Amino acid sequence: MEVAKLTDITRVYKIGQVETRALNGVSLSINSGEFTSLVGPSGSGKTTLLQLIGCLDRPSTGKVVIDGKDATNLNRNQRADLRKSTIGFVFQFFALIPTLTAYENVEMPLLLNGKTPSERKQRVLELLDAVGMPDRANNRPDQLSGGQQQRVAVARALATDPKLILADEPTANLDTENGEQVMEIMKRLNKETGTTFVFATHDPRVIKYASRVVTLQDGLIVKDTQG
Amino acid sequence: MINYFKLAYRNLGRHRRRSVLSGLALAMGTALLMFIAAFFQGEMRSSMETTLRLNTGHLQVQDSDYDPDKLSVAWEYLIENPEQAAAQIEALDQVQAATPRLMASGIISIGDESTGVQIMGIVPESEANDPYRNGIVSGSFITADDREGIVIGLPLADALGLKVGDSLNLLVNTADGNVDEQQFIVRGIFTTGTTAYDKGVVFLPLAKAQAFSGAANHASLIFILLKDREQADAVKAAIQGSGYKVETWAEMNQLLVFVNDFSNAYLTVINLIVLGVTATVIVNTLLMSVFERMREIGVLSSIGMKGRQVVALFLAEASMLGLFGISLGALAGWALSAYFGKVGIYFGDLGMSSDMLLNDRIYTILTLESAINLIVTAFIITLLASLYPARLASRMEPVEALRGAQ
Repeated sequence: MEVAKLTDITRVYKIGQVETRALNGVSLSINSGEFTSLVGPSGSGKTTLLQLIGCLDRPSTGKVVIDGKDATNLNRNQRADLRKSTIGFVFQFFALIPTLTAYENVEMPLLLNGKTPSERKQRVLELLDAVGMPDRANNRPDQLSGGQQQRVAVARALATDPKLILADEPTANLDTENGEQVMEIMKRLNKETGTTFVFATHDPRVIKYASRVVTLQDGLIVKDTQG
Repeated sequence: MINYFKLAYRNLGRHRRRSVLSGLALAMGTALLMFIAAFFQGEMRSSMETTLRLNTGHLQVQDSDYDPDKLSVAWEYLIENPEQAAAQIEALDQVQAATPRLMASGIISIGDESTGVQIMGIVPESEANDPYRNGIVSGSFITADDREGIVIGLPLADALGLKVGDSLNLLVNTADGNVDEQQFIVRGIFTTGTTAYDKGVVFLPLAKAQAFSGAANHASLIFILLKDREQADAVKAAIQGSGYKVETWAEMNQLLVFVNDFSNAYLTVINLIVLGVTATVIVNTLLMSVFERMREIGVLSSIGMKGRQVVALFLAEASMLGLFGISLGALAGWALSAYFGKVGIYFGDLGMSSDMLLNDRIYTILTLESAINLIVTAFIITLLASLYPARLASRMEPVEALRGAQ
């Protein structure tokens, strides 16, 4: 089953009089349970593609369908609703809210989804356990290492049990050991829960975990390999 | 539900010094405005009370041709047999006191020094003269049958080096257009607390003043104090008669009434200016916060936070800043107003005209109404000011917010 389907996508950025074509007619289907890497050199369009799949941005032309819903022309709030229920994000920088504890960071998407306190508590503890951080619930991000922060970010991305998790360079700021750990966790969760993962990366450590590698160059998909 | 105030509290705590300084700016603005409001209120009330108590009373009956600026004692401008009319007026329920007064212009001379004064012939025992009787600082008040005694103000006594028991020479313009001159003995020295008034008026018993100025059996006016000054129009209607004019305090003090009525408008303008300035501090603080937290805003909207929730987050921060700053300011403003309401602020003789008398010391008066008005206005302005940064944050596309932070 398709979790995301993009058809003939272009994305043109205008800065002053200068137009930059980040994507130049991309079509891509992501199936449920995939562990897909989008790879390519800097400027190839992988982050842009990830943002369009994640409904963080809208295409200049083309069509985006997420979990069977046409997301192409949704307004800001509708896209926020779609993200809230269907998509989780892991960013390159350890994008935790610095004033919240690990527990509260993971709890935030559940709050936005209107879960009850008992549902939230059960889910947060379960997820912190799943990423190997049960004893760090009350620590703030500045009390955690980069690897630990990224694991909390993974837990947060999984909080609402989304169909799709998008990760932009999730290991870029991690050392080898922590990078491996984070990838192991995501791979395990992918297997255990069937959650679909899509990465934008050029880290070979990430690529080796991927079940599918989509290669971009100059805003076009030039290779699509099922591993 | 998201606890916005918990988030706001923690966010403000990130830059504690900046948050405290912004709150203090708001506190200073609020305290200052509260003090100004209390000062205005005190000034206006003092001015109104002093002017009515000393100068005009609540009502005056005068001959229809009488001009208070000329102080003429020519009979055609005066009221004949005023005691009878005053007694009738005083019998009215709403009237506290009604007493005849004769006003004449004179010159006091001591040796080579002389100074112009207003001679006021009064019925000493009238309640209307309490401000002078109670203000005696040396000697005693005059009695009705005193033929040589005079009561003078403290600043005049100081200026001329006079003390109780001293003699002075008083010259008066008489009813027939001539001048007369006589020696008087200072019986008492008074102060009303209003130098501008005290330095220019001397008191004689009415009978003596009438005899001295040739205005026998006449008075310039009947000075009336009411139990409630709002009754002035009703009492005026009751005592209106032919040949005389009756003027209310509002008619006699048009400038004062005008200034009083517009003091609220002045205050509003001052409030808006000061709160406008403090609002820019709040805007600045929240804008800095928005730009510093762009990535966070991007992350929050990535995980599904909507624009109105982002607005709520920033409004919660502004509310907490406002609550802290305005409470602190209101407390400081109240304390300042209470202190100066007790000890007063000394201004001395401001040289104001007798149209608008002012006590030398102004006591601040903070009314609950003006305090609440100010607190509510400050809070609303704080929230309005925070709308701009809040909306700016809420309108950021997540992708722009994430990119902008990198």
